Amino acid sequence: MAQMTIQNKGSDTIVNLALAWAERYQTVRPEVSIAVTGGGSGTGIASIINGTVDIANASRAIKPEEIQAAHAAGIEPTEFVIARDAIAIIVHPSNPVDTLTLQQLSDIYSGKVRNWQEVGGEDRPIVALSRETNSGTHVYFLEAVVRLGDSDDRTLFSPDVLLLPSSEGIGAEVRQNPNAIGYDGLGYVTNDMKTVAVGLSPGGPFWEPSASTVNAEEYPISRDLYMYTAGQPTGTIKEYLDWILQPEAQRIVRDLGFVPISE
Amino acid sequence: MAHSDQPLSPTPQLSAAPGSGKRGTLAETLISRAIQVTGISTVVLVLLIFVFLIREGLPAFVQVPLADLLSARWYPIEDYFGLLPLIAGSLIITVGAAVIALPLGVATAIFIAEIVPDWVRDILKPMVEILAGIPSVVIGFVGMLVIVPLFRVAFDTPTGLTAFTGIVLLAWMALPTVVSVVEDVLDTVPRTYRDAGLALGMTRWQTIAKIVVPAGKSGILTALMLGVGRAIGETMTVMMVTGNAPRIPSGPLDIFRPARTMTATIAAEMGEVAQGSTHYHVLFAVGLTLFVITFAINLAAAAVVFRRTKRAERMLS
Repeated sequence: MAQMTIQNKGSDTIVNLALAWAERYQTVRPEVSIAVTGGGSGTGIASIINGTVDIANASRAIKPEEIQAAHAAGIEPTEFVIARDAIAIIVHPSNPVDTLTLQQLSDIYSGKVRNWQEVGGEDRPIVALSRETNSGTHVYFLEAVVRLGDSDDRTLFSPDVLLLPSSEGIGAEVRQNPNAIGYDGLGYVTNDMKTVAVGLSPGGPFWEPSASTVNAEEYPISRDLYMYTAGQPTGTIKEYLDWILQPEAQRIVRDLGFVPISE
Repeated sequence: MAHSDQPLSPTPQLSAAPGSGKRGTLAETLISRAIQVTGISTVVLVLLIFVFLIREGLPAFVQVPLADLLSARWYPIEDYFGLLPLIAGSLIITVGAAVIALPLGVATAIFIAEIVPDWVRDILKPMVEILAGIPSVVIGFVGMLVIVPLFRVAFDTPTGLTAFTGIVLLAWMALPTVVSVVEDVLDTVPRTYRDAGLALGMTRWQTIAKIVVPAGKSGILTALMLGVGRAIGETMTVMMVTGNAPRIPSGPLDIFRPARTMTATIAAEMGEVAQGSTHYHVLFAVGLTLFVITFAINLAAAAVVFRRTKRAERMLS
């Protein structure tokens, strides 16, 4: 049987997940090779419209103007939710703060709130930890939390926010420093740190991050991750997308710190 | 070096053989050619790196106005390319590390070379060399898990991820370099100098402080240069322990606050940056700045060493 190649391009957030899937799929269907590249969600969707790739990865839903452009090119983009991404807010286990609103988180990370007392905690300075700017998680946190989802908002992270190169760096600091607050993909949270329940308004309700609150679309800092194809997929591409939704592939989702779409 | 007048040094004899070319065997010619090629290639490589840095870095100065490059905000994903916090971070951490490592290193070297008996020296020297061999990521890891929590409590700062933590770890890493270089230099100070000092009725301490150390001054400067080079170029350790917050320090006590260095910035951001983008060119401009700073330091140190050598030679003649 001839070698077949699936071109897969898009979101940098998903690129590691897509690579892990592609590698595992080699053991399932050795005759199918999958070429994965990053470049961003917009790049991936543009490539679907241009017809240069088979599957586009996107960490956001396709925009109405992109659908229009696709229609103009005679393509009907088909959407698949392939995983979910939830960001947990983590603090030291001794920190008495149990809940924070998105507004409070935005104020902490933009430097308006600098003491835990101002958000119902002890009289301690806040040490805000973030992933480096090259991380997809950083960009998502900037858009969804610091800017509260408002695309016209130009608020930036405070220069005092610590930028750590790895999840391990954030974990190590949160575990030992009662002043620290950090964020990371839900899959990276361990038992020796405390997660904060997040709400939209001071009166509540507040939701703990978990696979169930994420899949019920209650937890506020979570998003769906997508793959798009041009029209209904057929043949090899359809088989691959079907396999992605199987438990074997969804286990990889959990290993990489994302939330599987079903338990 | 400054000690060309040493009668016992074997180096001049060895290098004299291939120099007298004509009578050399084929093997000698080959070896001398090979050495020539390695020597020249070092210079060529440095030049090529410089050319590459200029080629990739210069577009940044065209694409980003100079006023923006000299601003105080570094947030490249939104096109804020202010280099000042990065330069400030690198300078504070490098100078701090040198200030700690140089006196400690010189003192350790004097102790090993001049004071302890031979058998202690035989234990201490290899231990210093082992210290030099510890990979920086291991030091960073120890720093992150042990030193960072310790410093947060000891200095009562909001976090242990501070410039000072980086300074201490870098000083620790630069120390073996300083000790080895200074120790080697003290070794080359002729026995007769010490004997002369002692014969004049000087104490051992006076001999060390007034004769041996001044005679090895050029070597101490070389050690400083190498130590600074090690500190300013170090990446992994500082990235792991300094918190990487691109803030401009507002006072001397800010060494107990986080800082972001140029090297950590390049390492953290280069992997994900789109090739040919403004951000990409700015990162090369950061590398170019780093290169120019190290080059200037080396040049300054070389100039000082050169001048000192000539004066020392004048005094001896």
